Amino acid sequence: MGAVKLIGSYTSLFCTRVEWALKLKGVQYEYLEEDVFNKSPLLLQHNPVHKKVPVLVHDDKPIAESLVILQYIDETWNDNTLLPQDSYERAMAHFWAKFTEEKCLMETFTAAWKDGEEKEKAIESAQESFAFLEKLIQGKKFFSGEDKIGYLDLAMGWIPLCLEIMEEVGGMKLVDAEKFPSLLEWARNFTEIPLIKERLPPRDALANYFHKIVSYKRSNK
Amino acid sequence: MAEVKLLGAWGSPFSRRVEMALKLKGVEYEYIEEDLADKSPLLLKCNPIHKKVPVLLHNGKTIAESLVILEYIDETWKTNPIFPEDPYDKAMARFWAKFLDDTCMPAIWKIMWSKENQREKAIEEAIQHLKTLENELKDKKFFGGETIGLVDIVANFIGFWLGAVQEASGMELVNKENFPVLCRWIDEYVNCSVVKQNLPPRDELIAFLQPRFSASSWKY
Repeated sequence: MGAVKLIGSYTSLFCTRVEWALKLKGVQYEYLEEDVFNKSPLLLQHNPVHKKVPVLVHDDKPIAESLVILQYIDETWNDNTLLPQDSYERAMAHFWAKFTEEKCLMETFTAAWKDGEEKEKAIESAQESFAFLEKLIQGKKFFSGEDKIGYLDLAMGWIPLCLEIMEEVGGMKLVDAEKFPSLLEWARNFTEIPLIKERLPPRDALANYFHKIVSYKRSNK
Repeated sequence: MAEVKLLGAWGSPFSRRVEMALKLKGVEYEYIEEDLADKSPLLLKCNPIHKKVPVLLHNGKTIAESLVILEYIDETWKTNPIFPEDPYDKAMARFWAKFLDDTCMPAIWKIMWSKENQREKAIEEAIQHLKTLENELKDKKFFGGETIGLVDIVANFIGFWLGAVQEASGMELVNKENFPVLCRWIDEYVNCSVVKQNLPPRDELIAFLQPRFSASSWKY
C-alpha cells in the first residue's frame, strides 16, 4: 500500500469524518493542515475542480469529496468494514448519507445565516428533515444497525460535532431533547467512542470557524 | 431474480438514467409512468422523503436517488458493468457523477431561472463548469473509455437535454466552436444504441419545455 496523505482543515467536519475513517481502519497517514482562507498551491493542484478540503492522496493519486473518499477508504483497506455487506443496506446507507448532507446539514446552515421569516422557514424545514433521522435511529444504537459504528455514523458525525455550535451561532434551537431523544442519545454514544473522541476539534476553534462563514454568507447574499 | 419495477417520468433525465442502466444490463422491469403534477399514492408511499422519481422497486424494497440506484443496479446485476473495477477509477467516476449533479446541472438551471441582470454571471459560471467537464473527457470516446460508463449515463442531461433546452429557450450555451470535444462526445453519445433507446422524443421534450421559457421573464 502506497503512502497516504490527507490535506485537511482541523475545523472542517468533512475532514474530520475522513480522519475518523482512516483511524478506524488503522491507516497510517501524513496530515497536512490547510488554511482554507488562504489556499496552498498543493491543494489547488490536487483539487483543481473544487479547490476544497479534504483531499486524500494515496500513492500520489488525489481523491476529493468526503463521501467519495470514505467509500474509497472502505474499498481499499479491508479491515473493519464501514459499509454493510448487503447491497440494499449499502444503498440505504448512501441514501441517508446524501440526505443528512443535502438536507439536514444544508438546511441547518441556511437557518443559521438567514433572518426573519426566511430563518423561520429554514428552521421548520431542518426540523422536518431531522425528524426523519430520529425515526431512522429509533431502536438502534448506531446508524450502522450494529454494535459498532459504520459509514453512515461517520456521515452523520457532523451532528454531534457541529450542530450545537451552529445553533448557537445562528441563535436558534433545532434539535431538542423532547422531540429528538433517540438522535441525541446516538450523538452521545458516538462521541464516547475513543477514536472519535480523540479527534474532536476544540469547541472555540469550531465556533470561530462557523462565526466566520456565517458572517461571510450574510455579507455575500 | 424477483420483480423489478421503476417509477419514472418520461421527460426526466434522472429517470432515464436508471432505464439506461437496466436496459444495458438486460434487466426485465415494469415501467410505471408518474404524473409529477399529480403524484400517485404509490410514489408517495415508496419515496415519502423526497416524493420524486425515479424510484426502483426490487424484491419489495424501494430505492430512491438516481446515483444510489445506479450503484445498486451495478452491484446487483453483473452484466455490462457501469462502474470501473479499480477502486481509484471508481472513486473518480463517483466524483464526476457528483460534479455533474451537484455543480454542473444546478449551474445550467440557474441560467434559466436567473433574472436578466444576473444572467451573464450565471452563464459564465455554467461555461466554466462545462469546460472542466470537457477537460476531463480529453481524447476519450466516452467518459467511461471505449464504452459508456457511469459518468456518461449521469451526463445524459448534457448529452441530450441541454440541446433541447437550448432549442426551447433560444439560448446557445454549447456549440462546436466553443466546445468541440464535448460536442464530439454528444454526437457519439446520442448515436450509441443503449442511449438512443432511452431518450424521450426530442420534439415532445422541446414542446414540453417551451412554455416554461415563455412563461418566465426569459428573453434571450
